[in-house]
Amino acid sequence: MSLDSPRLLTTLRDPADVVFRGVARSGGIIVLTIMSLVGLFLGFRAWQALSVSGISFLTEQAWEPDSGRFGIAAVLVGTVLIALVAVVIAVPLATGTALYITEYAPRKIRSFLIGLVDLMAAIPSVVYGLWGFFFLQGNITPVSKWISTTFGWIPIFAVDGADPNDPLASVTVYTSSTFIAGIVVAFMITPIITSIMREVFAQAPLGEREGALALGSTRWGMIRSVVLPFGRGGMIGGTMLGLGRALGETIAVYMIISPVFVIQPHILQNGTNSVSSLIALRYGEATEFGTSALMAAGLTLFLMTLVINFGASAVVARSRSGASS
Amino acid sequence: MADTMLLPVVEHATVLREDFPPLETKREERRVSGVRISDVLSAVGAAVGSLCLTTVIVTQLAPISGPIAFAAIAYIIFMVLYAMLVYLDESRPVVVDRVILVGVHTLALTVFATLGFVVIFSIVRGAEALPFLNFYTEDMSLAGPLDPLSDGGVVHAIVGTLIQITIALAITIPLGLTTALFLNEVPSAFSRFVRTIVEAMTALPSIVAGLFIYASFILLFGLEKSGFAASLAISVMMLPIMIRSADVVLRLVPMTLKEASIGLGAGQWQTVWRVILPTSRSGLVTAIILATARGIGETSPVLLTSGFTASLNVDPLHGPMVSLPLAIFQFVKSPEPTMIARGFGTAAVLMFIVLALFVVARIIGGQTIEVKERRAEGRRVFWATVSAPAVRATTAVVRVVGPQVTRAATATGRVVGPPLARAAAATGRVVGPPLSRAASTVRTTGDSLFATAAQAMRTFFSTVVTKVRALVTRITAKKDDSK
Repeated sequence: MSLDSPRLLTTLRDPADVVFRGVARSGGIIVLTIMSLVGLFLGFRAWQALSVSGISFLTEQAWEPDSGRFGIAAVLVGTVLIALVAVVIAVPLATGTALYITEYAPRKIRSFLIGLVDLMAAIPSVVYGLWGFFFLQGNITPVSKWISTTFGWIPIFAVDGADPNDPLASVTVYTSSTFIAGIVVAFMITPIITSIMREVFAQAPLGEREGALALGSTRWGMIRSVVLPFGRGGMIGGTMLGLGRALGETIAVYMIISPVFVIQPHILQNGTNSVSSLIALRYGEATEFGTSALMAAGLTLFLMTLVINFGASAVVARSRSGASS
Repeated sequence: MADTMLLPVVEHATVLREDFPPLETKREERRVSGVRISDVLSAVGAAVGSLCLTTVIVTQLAPISGPIAFAAIAYIIFMVLYAMLVYLDESRPVVVDRVILVGVHTLALTVFATLGFVVIFSIVRGAEALPFLNFYTEDMSLAGPLDPLSDGGVVHAIVGTLIQITIALAITIPLGLTTALFLNEVPSAFSRFVRTIVEAMTALPSIVAGLFIYASFILLFGLEKSGFAASLAISVMMLPIMIRSADVVLRLVPMTLKEASIGLGAGQWQTVWRVILPTSRSGLVTAIILATARGIGETSPVLLTSGFTASLNVDPLHGPMVSLPLAIFQFVKSPEPTMIARGFGTAAVLMFIVLALFVVARIIGGQTIEVKERRAEGRRVFWATVSAPAVRATTAVVRVVGPQVTRAATATGRVVGPPLARAAAATGRVVGPPLSRAASTVRTTGDSLFATAAQAMRTFFSTVVTKVRALVTRITAKKDDSK
C-alpha cells in the first residue's frame, strides 16, 4: 500500500541559492514599488485637479488652472497631430531604409548600416531640435507655402491669413507649425522604427524567399509576397512604438512650436501645442493646484502611450515573426 | 590481369594524336552581377531627361524657388521617364520591380543623408567654439552673453553630466540587472506581473518622469533642485529601458548550457554566476551602455529637476547642477550668435560622448567567439602575407646595403679612431690614479669587513656545534641511565 502512495517532492536549496533568490526577488519588489509609486503618485496628484474640472478636462481648450478653466482639448489635439505627421513621414522612410538594409544593400556594408541606424537612435533629441530650429524652419517654409496654396482646399492644409497672390507676404504664418515639428520628430523616430522593421524583415524564412524567386518572381515580387506579409506584425509594432515616442517627445517640439491654447487643425499654420511642452512651459510658475493639473495632463499622456505600447507588444507577439523573439 | 587477357583484341577505330594541344583551362570570368548595360543606360537617360525638363519647367513655365522644390520635381519626372524607358524592353512586373528599386534606394539615401546632415550641421555650426581650449576648461560664471568665445566654456555641464549619469548608473545597474535576473531565473506569477509593469513603464514619457521627481522629492519632501534629483529622474526613465533589454539578452542564453550546469551539480547561484552572466556579459554591457546613451541625452527630466546654473557645481546634493543637453537648451535660447555657437559646440561635445559610448558598446557587444576566431584568423593571414615579404625585403636590403655600411664604418673608424683613442688615454691618465686609489680603499674596507664577518660566523657556528654536542651527550647519558 505504502509503495503506491505518491511521494512528496521537495527542493532543498543551497544557502547561496536561497540568498540569490531572496536578493533577486527583493530587486524585483523594489523596481515594482518604484514603478507603481510613479503611477500611483501621478494618479493621486492628478485626482485633485480632475475632481475639480470633471469631464470638462477633456473638452476645455484653455489652460488657466488657478481660475478653474483648464483642459487638454487643445494640447491633446496638437500632440496627436504632431505625432501623426511624424508617423506619416517616418513610416515610409523607415520601411524603405529597412528594406534597403535587408534586401538591397551590398552585404559588405550591411552591418555598418545596422550600426549606423542604432547610433542614430541614440542621438539626443535636443540635437534634432537644434537642426529643426536653425535649419529646417527656414528652408521648409517654401514647401509649406506651396502645399497650402496648391492643396489649401483640403481643410487641414489651409492657412488663415496667408495670401498666395501677395509676393511680399510674410512667411511667418508658416513657421513654428505642427508640420515642422512633425518633420523633426519624424527623423527622430525613423531610426527606432527602422531598427525594429529591419529585425523582422531579416527573419523572413530563406526557404520561402528562394521559393518565390524560383517561381520566377522579381525581387519586389518576392518582397511583396514573402517579406512584407511575414514582417507585418513587426511593421505595425515598430510604427506604434515610434508613435509612442513621438507623443512623449518634449524638447525638440518645445524649441520649434509657438504655443497656442486653441484647437489648431491647420497643420501648416503657425502655432500648435503638445502636452509635454505644456508641462515644460508651465511647471516653473505653477501653484500647487497648477502642478496637480499638469500631473493630470502628464497622466493622460502616459495612459495614451501605455495603451499604444501594449497594443504594439500584443500585435508583435501575435504575428508570425514575433513568435520567436 | 586475368580480365585483360580474356578481352578480345580490338583495333582502335580512331587514334589519339600524340601532339594534342593541352586543354585550355583559362576561361572568361563570369559576371554574376545583376546589372546590365541597358539598366545603367536607361537610368542615366532618365536622369538627364528629368534634369532638362525640370530646368525648363522651373525657369520657363512655373517659377518655383528653392532647392527642395527643384529636387522634388526632378525626382518625380525621373521616376516617370525611367518607368517609360524600362517599359520599352521589359514586362510590367519588371517595370514595377525597377521603380520600387529606385524608390527604396531613394528612401534609404534620404534617411542616411538627413541624419548625417543633422549631425554634421551641429558640428559645423559649433566648429567656431570647439577650437578654444577654454571651452573645455572654464565655466560660464564669468562670461556674459556678449563675451567672445575665448571666454567661458562648458566644463560645468560636462562635469554635471558625468556626475548625474554616474549616480544614475549606481542606482540602475544593480537594480536593473538584479531585476532582469529575477524575471528570468525566478519565474512565477509575480515575476510575470513585474515584467508587465516594467514594459508598461518603458512608455513613460521622460518629462513625466521629471515631473514625478519634481512633484514628489522637490515640492513634497522639500529637497532642493539639485544634481541628485536630476539623477533620480534619469534613473526612473532609464530603469525600465535597461531591464527590458537586459531581460531580452538573458533570455538568449541557451537552455542547454543551464541544464548542463545544473546537471553537473551546480546550484542556481553557481549557474547564474558561472554560466549565465559570463555567457551574456557582452550583451548586458551593451544594454547598459545603450541605456546610458539614452539617459545622457535626455533634456526634459533635467530641466524640471536640476535647475540651471552658469557656474561649476560638483556637489550633487546642493544647488543647481547643469548637464550638457540642458546647457545646449539654455545657450540657444539666447539671440547672441556667440551663445548659439556655444550651444552647437556643446551639442558636438555631447554627440562625441554618445558616439564614444556607442563605439565601446559595439566593441564589447561584437566580441562573440566567432568574431574573435575570425580576427585571429585575419591576424594569421596578415602576418603570413605581410611578414614573409617584409623579412625577404629586409634581407635583400641588408645584403645590398650591408657591405657599404661596413666599409663606411671601417673608414669612419680609421679617421675617428686615433683621436678618440688619444682622448681616452689622456682622460685615463688624468682620472685613473684617483680612481685606482679609491678602488684600493674599497678593497681594503671590503677585506676587513669580510674578515670580521667570517670571524663572527666562525664563533657562532663553533658555539652551536659545542651546544649540540653537549645536548647529544646529555641525551645519550640519560638513555644509558634509563637502561
